[in-house]
Amino acid sequence: MRYELDPVRVRKILGNKKQFIMGDMAIAYGGLLAGVGFFGGYPITPASEVAEGMARMLPRAGGTFIQMEDEIASMAAIIGAAWSGTKTMTATSGPGFSLMMENYGYAIMTETPCVIANVQRTGPSTGQPTQGAQGDMLQTRWGSHGDMMAIALCPSTVQECLDMTIESFNLSEKYRHPVVLLADGEVGHLREKVVIPDVDEMELFERIEATVDKDKFIPYSESQTNPGSKVPDFPTFGSGYRSYVTGLTHNDMGFPATDKQPDHERLINRLVSKITDDREKLTDVEEIELEDAEVVFVTYGASARPAESAVRMARAKGIKAGMLRLKLVWPFPEKAIYDLSKKVNKIIVPEMSLGQMVHPIREFAAKDCEVIVAPKVGGVMHLPVELLEYLEEGA
Amino acid sequence: MADMISQAEMREKYLRKGMLPTIFCNGCGHGSSLDYTFRAIEELGLDLDDIVFASGIGCSSRIPGYINADGLHTTHGRSLAFATGVKAANPDLNVVVFSGDGDATGIGGNHFIHAARRNIDMTVIILNNFIYGMTGGQVAPTSPKGTIATTAPYGNLEGAFDISELAKSLGAAYVARWPVFYPQQPIKSIKDAISTRGFSLVELMSPCPTAYGRRNKLGNIKNLWDWYENNSVLAEEYDKIMNYGTDEEKAATINKIKIGVFQHTEKVGFFEAYEEQIKNLMANDDKKWGGV
Repeated sequence: MRYELDPVRVRKILGNKKQFIMGDMAIAYGGLLAGVGFFGGYPITPASEVAEGMARMLPRAGGTFIQMEDEIASMAAIIGAAWSGTKTMTATSGPGFSLMMENYGYAIMTETPCVIANVQRTGPSTGQPTQGAQGDMLQTRWGSHGDMMAIALCPSTVQECLDMTIESFNLSEKYRHPVVLLADGEVGHLREKVVIPDVDEMELFERIEATVDKDKFIPYSESQTNPGSKVPDFPTFGSGYRSYVTGLTHNDMGFPATDKQPDHERLINRLVSKITDDREKLTDVEEIELEDAEVVFVTYGASARPAESAVRMARAKGIKAGMLRLKLVWPFPEKAIYDLSKKVNKIIVPEMSLGQMVHPIREFAAKDCEVIVAPKVGGVMHLPVELLEYLEEGA
Repeated sequence: MADMISQAEMREKYLRKGMLPTIFCNGCGHGSSLDYTFRAIEELGLDLDDIVFASGIGCSSRIPGYINADGLHTTHGRSLAFATGVKAANPDLNVVVFSGDGDATGIGGNHFIHAARRNIDMTVIILNNFIYGMTGGQVAPTSPKGTIATTAPYGNLEGAFDISELAKSLGAAYVARWPVFYPQQPIKSIKDAISTRGFSLVELMSPCPTAYGRRNKLGNIKNLWDWYENNSVLAEEYDKIMNYGTDEEKAATINKIKIGVFQHTEKVGFFEAYEEQIKNLMANDDKKWGGV
């Protein structure tokens, strides 16, 4: 099988252990380090560098890169490749992500592991192609039709672009679910130092493949090798399990059961709860100056950088300011937000939009904690002094 | 050796019984197409473990469900893009795609032209019934002018796609079109398509008595099959008449659907070329590094 990437060869292709590179390239590095065997993509600003990096490096590592005809096809191709047994990835931005919604839903329904790096910009429509923003925070969760859960991570640094891409692959393989790396144009085009982890400095979760007798295999139910797991074992195409994969509502055997209410209910509940059962285990936050904080930012991605500066400036002025940074935004860290809201007077959510994550934050915050958005639109980042004003008003 | 296997053995070996009965109506050509595919695979001596059947949405796209092999029933029109990924990650697999005319040339037209243009190593079997059958008889990009459909109630004014001509113009390695009521030619074409390197298309004209025939005064299955018979002509015959026929013969032939094998070439498929590129790149790196 060609898709087994040799980690030694990959590191030789990547070069020096310490490098000064842009976030998009760090995403490509992360994919290679995670062992991506297939990348299908379509050019779009500000994500194109991910595909360009993959086009240069992936074939040298033994994997396959194809520039597909559009983002619909990119998403389709990575799902198909995943079923042939490899780790797969695409990269895009707002308008492309909108096109991917169709097959994003298909990946969720068919429990296909794959990674989508979304270097966000904004809209509606074509919007501001060359300006970064955070326009797809909620589309990731609610953009495709029907009931579903999402898994998404938000890097704030170039190093996190690399590390979180690897983590995206691990979560994707573990939960058999498409994982979205929600970077933004700022972090994607930012250049910073990255350190490439050695083989023994990183952990990889490898897909649990079906091993039970072929006549006893149940493709769409709890795992048969990992008791208690709601994630079924993966019957790779060509391995003889002769599995049927469909986006239609299906029963445990994978056969269409489109008019069977109990089958649909059981399927959908398993697809969602296989992730939400682990909500607290998955929660990944960074706490800054929270011990005695009264007014705090809840933030993510590039916005966390000026927000952290503003917290330091506020502290220098004696304001009890703090910050909670969400490294994983979906499944939503409900308890972390509720616990925070019980301790502080006010939560301010800096976002490069008119406000997206402020909505789930408000939904899960205690009722007596005020939650407001600090919006910044137009493709520029918040200035620390602008955010400082919010803290001063809230103090 | 094909005659050594009985119909009952064929069903036992190839059908995924949990999915039966099929959704196909009486007089539909899709069941015959499924049978021809089984016969072609049997005659080629292929192992079902090594074949992945992919499809989109529509009646024809249900076919992979009925085959006891890996099947990828995808979203509407996207099957060729999915199948490209399947083949990319494991080029040892044989990839066969079932699609309908609406699936492949309506919503999936873009994917169709690009899969053919890239010369992706796969076999595409398009069951063309000139209508959207599953959703109840809406006009398709292949519906002849004048077709009555639920969404063309006063007669279709649009020109129709010629799927095989389209594939041929894109350089597909193998292209053939047959009505389903001739068994031998489709079986041979499916065999040849699977055996050909690169992108292969077999277009089977598969009647839809329910959604097409009924509304177009061809309701009786025999009438519909007669219409196919009377409105198709072998490509060689067509060319002969157009070159040497009388005016009357030409007038009677010019609007008929050409059938036959339109293209059969041997050219390196996309993934063969890709393998070669990878090999060269790795050899270069090994030379540069003195081995990994």
